[in-house]
Amino acid sequence: MATFRWTFWKVVLAFVLLAGAVATVLRFSEGLGATTNLSDAFPWGLWIGFDVMCGVMLAAGGFTLTATVYIFNLKKFKPIVRPTVLTAFLGYLLVVIALLFDLGRGYRIWHPLVMWNPRSVMFEVAWCVTLYTMVLALEFAPIIFERLRLEKLLRIQRAISIPLVIAGVMLSTLHQSSLGSLYLIVPGKLHPFWYTPLLPLLFFVSAICVGLAMTIFESSMSARHFGKQLEMPLLIRLGRALLVGLIVYSVLRFQDVFDRGALKLITRGGWESGLFLLEIAMGLVAPIVLLIFPKVRESSGGLYISSVLVVLGFVTNRMNVAITGMEASAGVHYFPKWTELAVTASIIGAGFGIFAAAVKYLPIFVAEEAHPASAERREPELAVLSHARL
Amino acid sequence: MSKGILYDATLCIDCKLCERACAEKHGLPYNEAIAAEEKQSAHKLTVVMDKGDKYMRRLCMNCQDPTCASVCPVAALRKTAEGPVTYDASRCIGCRYCMLACPFSVPKYQWNTALPLVQKCDMCADRVAQGLPTACAAACPTGATKFGDRDALIAEAQDRIAKNPEQYVHHIYGLTEVGGTSVLLLSSVPFEEFGYPVHVDNQPLPMLTWHVLSELPQVVTFGAALLGGIWWITSRRQAVAAAEAKSGD
Ligand code: SF4
Ligand code: SF4
Repeated sequence: MATFRWTFWKVVLAFVLLAGAVATVLRFSEGLGATTNLSDAFPWGLWIGFDVMCGVMLAAGGFTLTATVYIFNLKKFKPIVRPTVLTAFLGYLLVVIALLFDLGRGYRIWHPLVMWNPRSVMFEVAWCVTLYTMVLALEFAPIIFERLRLEKLLRIQRAISIPLVIAGVMLSTLHQSSLGSLYLIVPGKLHPFWYTPLLPLLFFVSAICVGLAMTIFESSMSARHFGKQLEMPLLIRLGRALLVGLIVYSVLRFQDVFDRGALKLITRGGWESGLFLLEIAMGLVAPIVLLIFPKVRESSGGLYISSVLVVLGFVTNRMNVAITGMEASAGVHYFPKWTELAVTASIIGAGFGIFAAAVKYLPIFVAEEAHPASAERREPELAVLSHARL
Repeated sequence: MSKGILYDATLCIDCKLCERACAEKHGLPYNEAIAAEEKQSAHKLTVVMDKGDKYMRRLCMNCQDPTCASVCPVAALRKTAEGPVTYDASRCIGCRYCMLACPFSVPKYQWNTALPLVQKCDMCADRVAQGLPTACAAACPTGATKFGDRDALIAEAQDRIAKNPEQYVHHIYGLTEVGGTSVLLLSSVPFEEFGYPVHVDNQPLPMLTWHVLSELPQVVTFGAALLGGIWWITSRRQAVAAAEAKSGD
C-alpha cells in the first residue's frame, strides 16, 4: 500500500473535521442555545432540515435499487446495488449521529422504541428508521462476510434475503413519506407553497427521483476518483427512469399548487417566492429539459449534470419545507450558526471519507473488475441476495 | 367532569399576581425583571400582556385533543380526564416537535442547559386532581381568571356576552378552536391583536396526521403482498427461461 499523501481534498476534510470537533465539544458542554441559532420561535433548523430530511432522502437509492434488482428482477442493475446499499447504510448512520446532536437528550434516543405513541408521526419514523438501518446492515453484511470468508453466515443471509428486501422497501415507503407527514400538523405555520395534504406523496416520489439521481452521481464520482464506474447502458436507463420520475413529480406538484391557489402568491415576490422558483427551476425544469434530449441523456456528462441539479433542487425543496416555509409564521429569520454548519459539514465529510475507504478496501464496484463480456457468468454470485431462489 | 379556566380580559387589572403564583407553584424564579418580560419562556409559563389599557393572558390552552400530545414520539405529553395536559420530563427526548406543532406555540425550551427539557403550563394538574383550583385562578383578586367546570364556564361566558354585548368580542376563544380547549378567553379587542391565531381549524389538528397514519397498516399489508407477488412472478419467469435455455442447449 502506498504511503499516506496529503492532497487538497484531504486538507479540506481535515480542516472541516477539526472545526466539527470544536463545535461538538461546544455543543455538548454549552447546550443548544449557545451553539445554534434555534429559539423558542424557531425550534428546528439545519440539523433537522438538512441532516435528517435531506440525509434520509439522499439515502433513498438503497430501497429503489434493491426493489429494481431483486423484486422486479432487472438483474442488469446488480452491479449498482452494492454502492447504493453502502451509501444508504452510511446515510442512515449519519442521520442518527446528526440526531444525537439535535436532540436535547440524545442519550434517550431509544425512548420511542419502548415508550409508545402510535398517534405520532415521529414515533412511526423512529421505528421505521431503526428497523430499516438494521435491514440495510443485513443487506450490506455479505460484503463483509465475503471479505472474511464466513461461508455459514453468508448462507443464512441469503436464505432470508427476499423477505429482507421486501421489508426494506416497505419500511422506506413508510418513513420517506412520513417525513412529509411530519409537517401535515402545521397547516397554520407552513407557507402555502409547501403546505399540502400531498406532502407524504410528494416526499415519497421525490425520494425515488433523488435515489436515482444519487446513483448516477455516485457512479460519476467513483469514475473520477477511483476509476471505477458503471457501464453506460445502465446509466442511460437510470437517466430515463429519472426523467419519468421527475415528470410524475412535476405534474403532482404543479397541479397541487395550482388547485390550492398558491401559485398566484409568486407575484408577491419575496424570499419565499425566490426560493420556491429556485427549487422548481433547479430540481424540475432544468433537468427535465436536459434529459428530454437523447443526446444529453446518453452522455455521461449530461447525466452527471442532470443528476446534480436534481439532488440540489430537491435538497432546496426539503430545506424550504423545514426552514424557509416556517419563517414567516415564526416571525424570525433563521440562518445557522457556524457551529451548526461545522457539524453538518463534518458529517458530510465523514460520509465521503468512509465511502471512499469502503470503495477502496471492499468489493463494492465488482462488475467492473470482471471482463465485461462474460461478467454475467464469470463473476461469482457475490451480490447481496443472489442465491435467494435456491 | 372536565375542568377549565375562563379568563375574562375585561376584568383583568394587570396586577400579574397570576404570573407570580404560577412561578411559585412551579418553582421558577420571579422578580421585577421577569415580570416585565412579555414573552412566554422556559421560566415564564404564563404572561399578562398589555396594549394600553387592554390586557390579555397567555398560557397553555390545554386543548381537548392536544396537538402536542399527538406528535410527541414518546407520549411525554398527555391529556388528563380532568382537563390539564401534563408533561412527563422523564420521557422527553428533547426533539422539540411539540414546540413546532402546537398551534399556539406554547411549549418552550431550556436552551441554555446541556440537558434541556420542555416547559409549559400544565394547568396545575396536581392541584386540579385534588379538587383545588389552579394557582393562577386562586391568586386572581378580581375573578378575571376563574376556575371551574368547563361546561359551566362556557354557560357563564355566554351569559356575560349576552348581558353586555357592547363590551365583548362576540366569541369565546377556545370554545371551538382546534376542537376546543380547556382554557377559554373573553376579550373586548380582537384576539389576533394579542397574537392569538384566529384562522385555526375547528377540527382537532391530530386528525390531519391520523388520517394518514391509520392507513399505514393497509399500505404495508397490501404493499408487501404486492411485492411478494411481483417477485414470485418475475423469478418464476426467469427460472422458466433458464430451464428452456438449458433444454435448448
Ligand atoms: S396549547 Fe399547545 S401545548 Fe397547550 S395543550 Fe394545546 S397543543 Fe399542547
Ligand atoms: S420535546 Fe419532549 S415533550 Fe416535546 S415532542 Fe419531543 S419528546 Fe415530546
